[in-house]
Amino acid sequence: MLDFIIGHFNNATYIMLMMIGFYAMTGKTNLVKKLVGMNIFQWSIILFVVSLSAKRGATIPIVFGSHNPGGPAHLDASNYVNPLPHVLMLTAIVVGVATTGVALALLLRIYKKYGTLDENELLKRARSSG
Amino acid sequence: MKDVATSTIVKVVCRRLVPFVQIFGLYVIMHGHSSPGGGFQGGVILASSFMLLVLSDGLETVQRRFSVAMVTIATSTGVLLYAGVGVLCLLLGANYLDYSVLPSAEPRSLGMLVIEVGVGITVTGALVSIFYDLLSFE
Amino acid sequence: MNYLHLVVTSLTGLLLFLGSVDMPNTGDPKSAPAVHVSPRYIEDSLEETAVPNMVTAVLADYRGFDTLGEAAVVFTGAMAVLLILRTRREEQ
Repeated sequence: MLDFIIGHFNNATYIMLMMIGFYAMTGKTNLVKKLVGMNIFQWSIILFVVSLSAKRGATIPIVFGSHNPGGPAHLDASNYVNPLPHVLMLTAIVVGVATTGVALALLLRIYKKYGTLDENELLKRARSSG
Repeated sequence: MKDVATSTIVKVVCRRLVPFVQIFGLYVIMHGHSSPGGGFQGGVILASSFMLLVLSDGLETVQRRFSVAMVTIATSTGVLLYAGVGVLCLLLGANYLDYSVLPSAEPRSLGMLVIEVGVGITVTGALVSIFYDLLSFE
Repeated sequence: MNYLHLVVTSLTGLLLFLGSVDMPNTGDPKSAPAVHVSPRYIEDSLEETAVPNMVTAVLADYRGFDTLGEAAVVFTGAMAVLLILRTRREEQ
């Protein structure tokens, strides 16, 4: 039982963070708050996938002392943390930044045209102005 | 946020801090081989140094030095550099982006350095371009 | 309406946690992401590429084509913001 809790409590933490972002995306009516919720959701997924790369007793995936003559001994795969999820999530972070930038630009244009950023008010004004 | 800052602390601290942030950003790009870092991380740090200067000195002063046209050219140059290394490997006889035919003692390390610099230039230009556009929209 | 959102959110969270019970423990060196291709990346990257940082070696050499697409995504994001926000004045 304790083994199960130690092995799985970080999944519960990331799912809680994901649900905070999900509630902000669906339960709030202001568009900026929805955008912040989407950002929280994205970051929780990134943290979750990076946590899949952990290994007990391993160090960071950089080889030390590789410029000394003779070099390091044969590298053992269980001494280094798995580098593959880190690489994939670098791409995800950069995509998140680009998406947030485009979303903020769209919000600026919406505010300039309709004068409000509230969802229900926006629907009313958009329907009445054709 | 576009005007020159009025508080003395903001003006003094930001202006003195910008050269150190730029050197650190260049260090992170160039040392991506032996320490944590690389193209994306160093590019973001370099872009944040320009944003710091806009906060303290105003948008006009910074745009006189790093104009909008130059920022757009920088964004395209990085991707051109990356694809150019791939085409160079193609012209030298190997597959696309196969670095082992470049003329150097450690060809794969050289190829990686050139493309990391390209990615750093692109990320800097893209983030500063988005920042300029968001600020100067009325 | 907020109660409906709260109930749906907690139900989704509970279902997700029930789905993650079967995953391997955190920190297990024999879990599925760590045994197929990543031992080859860890053991051979220093001899083949002479770069000590394994993350940069995988990002820029073994998976360099994906990083090219990545740089194109950043470029497209900046161009999209440019197209949305820069307008020409129609009136004089």
